[in-house]
Amino acid sequence: MNIDSIHSGIVLDHITAGRGMDVYRFLKLDELDCPVAYMRNVRSGAKGRKDIIKIDAELNVDLDVLGYIDPGITVNIIRDGVVVEKKKLSLPEHLINVIHCKNPRCITTVESALDQHFILKDRTHGLYRCMFCDAERKSKALR
Amino acid sequence: MRHLIDITDFTVEEIEHVLDLGDKMIADPAAYRECLRGRILATLFFEPSTRTRLSFESAMLSLGGSVLGFSSADSSSTAKGESLMDTIRTVSCYSDIIAMRHPKEGAPMAGSLKSYVPIINAGDGGHNHPTQTLTDLMTIRRQKGRLSNMVVGLCGDLKFGRTVHSLIGAMSRYEGVEFVLISPPELKVPAYITDELKRKEIPFREVETMEEVMPELDILYMTRVQKERFFNEADYIRLKDTYILDPEKLRTAKADLSILHPLPRVNEISTKVDDDPRAVYFDQVRNGRFVRMALIKTLLEWEEMKA
Repeated sequence: MNIDSIHSGIVLDHITAGRGMDVYRFLKLDELDCPVAYMRNVRSGAKGRKDIIKIDAELNVDLDVLGYIDPGITVNIIRDGVVVEKKKLSLPEHLINVIHCKNPRCITTVESALDQHFILKDRTHGLYRCMFCDAERKSKALR
Repeated sequence: MRHLIDITDFTVEEIEHVLDLGDKMIADPAAYRECLRGRILATLFFEPSTRTRLSFESAMLSLGGSVLGFSSADSSSTAKGESLMDTIRTVSCYSDIIAMRHPKEGAPMAGSLKSYVPIINAGDGGHNHPTQTLTDLMTIRRQKGRLSNMVVGLCGDLKFGRTVHSLIGAMSRYEGVEFVLISPPELKVPAYITDELKRKEIPFREVETMEEVMPELDILYMTRVQKERFFNEADYIRLKDTYILDPEKLRTAKADLSILHPLPRVNEISTKVDDDPRAVYFDQVRNGRFVRMALIKTLLEWEEMKA
């Protein structure tokens, strides 16, 4: 299977196998006009299998969102066919307006002006807490 | 700006400072009678309260200050659809400090993001109640002379009991404290609290009867099963009488046990216990006024120092 190299854009590499679609949806890649390639179950030396997404356009990717979904992702920035930057992700300390608090008693359920703000409490277990009510959410990657 | 949203917003030393000042105020209330003249406390109670609201108002009046506010959301602009954030911004233009209670968890934290004056959390849903915790700490310290090295039993509704959540957070910062959590399975302490205890390696046990642990306890903190926290009345009726403390259950308790309750009580402590010298829940009420006096004075002083 051949997929053309991209000239200027982003390659999201080392996505945990099977989680590529979550990344695709979170980044709303279906709304882009540019070519986007999504490869599943690609052979990987380190992980056995991985997913890869190639986006043939320079766009600002929310690294916090990506880090939350799958902190193992490597972000490669491509310009003129050359990798100019590699970013390794990790779980972000703060998640703002990425996930919603599910506690029906939380103030964020009635005050629409408030940001949905979660703070990382336990990196090992990928545990976040709502800044307002302390309700817990776990990183999808570590479930 | 300093607020008191969660008891752990204050360091152990800052809490000691407030408790020390509270003790001085109990010893000589006249010395503080005029110290906040001209200052205004706003009491914003979006949820009904008798004890907490009146104790805040009594505290401010005892310091020579004035009080304004409302005692239910119906009598505020919330009834017209005003957001909490706008209400707080407005009231913080009329007052020097705000004490607020709200049924939604995290509401005082949200208010503190927009307030021009210090906010005191006077209870947010089933989440936190730090000024009750200051009251509890003051009562325990006055009874025991310390806040470390003791076995603390908490009994009743540990799931929605915000006073319990705040007290565990506060007491877990002192050395040698062990918690015994007494509740039915449906009303156990939320996992985020027990996870925190595990992470900090603070000893705790979860049990279902008070009789099995009574001889070990230095503190017994009773709580009410709160009807207003249940979505389903049948669950409330099933659980409300799970624990009733009476003289018979106290037979095996230590002679120097201290029995606390944040009040109001329904029937979880028999009135026959009231005259037992180990029952200190009415001392808590008195201490609550003085510790709130100390807190208001301290927060306003910190603001002045910053200015």
